[in-house]
Amino acid sequence: MSSQVSLCGIGKVFRGTGQEVVALEDISLEVNAGEVLMLVGPSGCGKSTLLNVIAGLESADTGDVLLDGKPIHGPGPDRAVVFQDGALFPWLTVRKNVEFGLRQLGVGEKERTQRASAFLERVGLGGFQDRNIHELSGGMRQRVAIARALVTNPKVILMDEPFSALDALTREDLYDQMQELWRLSSTTVIFVTHNVREAVVLGDRIVLMTPRPGRIQRVYEVGILPPRQIDDVDVARLAKRISMDLKFGIGVDDAAVAR
Amino acid sequence: MKWARTVGFYLVLVLLWEAVARRHIWDPMLFPGPSKVAGTLWDIGRDGTLLNATAVSLRRVFLGYGISMLLGLPLGILLATNKWVDDTLGSLVSAFQSLPSICWLPLALLWFGLNDRAILFVVVMGSLVSITAAVKDGVRNLPPSYLRAARTMGTPSWRVYTEVLFPASQPAILTAAKLGWSYAWRALMSGELLFVSLGLGHILMMGRELADMSRVLSVMIVIMALGLGSEYFLFRPMETEVRRRWGFAA
Repeated sequence: MSSQVSLCGIGKVFRGTGQEVVALEDISLEVNAGEVLMLVGPSGCGKSTLLNVIAGLESADTGDVLLDGKPIHGPGPDRAVVFQDGALFPWLTVRKNVEFGLRQLGVGEKERTQRASAFLERVGLGGFQDRNIHELSGGMRQRVAIARALVTNPKVILMDEPFSALDALTREDLYDQMQELWRLSSTTVIFVTHNVREAVVLGDRIVLMTPRPGRIQRVYEVGILPPRQIDDVDVARLAKRISMDLKFGIGVDDAAVAR
Repeated sequence: MKWARTVGFYLVLVLLWEAVARRHIWDPMLFPGPSKVAGTLWDIGRDGTLLNATAVSLRRVFLGYGISMLLGLPLGILLATNKWVDDTLGSLVSAFQSLPSICWLPLALLWFGLNDRAILFVVVMGSLVSITAAVKDGVRNLPPSYLRAARTMGTPSWRVYTEVLFPASQPAILTAAKLGWSYAWRALMSGELLFVSLGLGHILMMGRELADMSRVLSVMIVIMALGLGSEYFLFRPMETEVRRRWGFAA
């Protein structure tokens, strides 16, 4: 596999009132085309900041983000983002929300409607196209957000803790759907979460990050055949190993090897 | 059921008023009953006084309010999104907000003289600032993720205003529109009361000069009815639509 996203020595410092916080320090990583990469770590480890840098919503102080070998400049439709709160637009219906990105790209009305419907169908919301956003449950909203991200056929989808506000049952339901979606599409996914089990269930590879300064602690190959369930023994075993590493901070020295 | 409650309430209110008026506790000249006021309303309604005055007042308020909305909306959005504009014009808007609109009347009279333009100026100064401030607050309170989402979907920055900021601000704009309307209406009435000008405020003041309390009360009732009417027919339908779409509790 060829690498699609390359992070080369990304560093970022937040300057607050009188103090500096090193959010990211020398992050280098290759993300392969079609792979689902999970960024995992405790809060404050800079994983969301890293995602924003890749999205182009924030700029890094040092280093480069390369997409297919070319440095990125600001946000763009080749990198779709699924936000934690979904960031759906309440003044538009479900389908118009999904059409939004296509409209920005100048896609004609007929094709827009067609594609939006197809992707809503794919996330199981075919019957909710003309609803208002507030009529949907939290899980349904995130599915709309995912359809909105997929519909423009981006190279990379960036997901920022999209399921963290959902209840456990809804979440597990979405894990199944996500694995099915990834199987059908060849889009590269970079997924931020603080939930280690979620990372093992959904990811091909897991990057564990440590806080202050935000660094890569260790990279894990998941290597468990999908579809995976949250309570599979193999999933639990790997999740436990990662949790231990996260808790005790071991494996930091291995980071160099993993790179 | 809801209608019955409303109608019943006003019925009781009017009956109570009539009953108190008929006891002649106060001079009937100063406290006329609703039957007397209704008679006066009928008289000034029939001879055209009321209709003319209402037309004059409505024309003024619509014109002034229209100008305020047209200027206030973009100004509010600009203040909320542009640091430069906020740092310069922002404090001026706040300062103007503390100035009751009628304080502009002396200035307006000196600049424009005793005419419609002076009144219009007072109305605009009364509503423009409140509309601007309300729009600004609303836009500023929008979730930042809307803008971020739009940027990641390729919305160019010059189109963010029409694609996201404006539609997202609809609830705030509606609030601003209602606020601006009531400010415009108040500014107009205080302006019309203070100098000869046709209009509803003028015939209200004439009632005072003629010591005709029932005329004063009937004009006040007309003003209230107009306010209620604009609420029901102008803003209520828009509000219902926004609530339906956004899912605010009814």
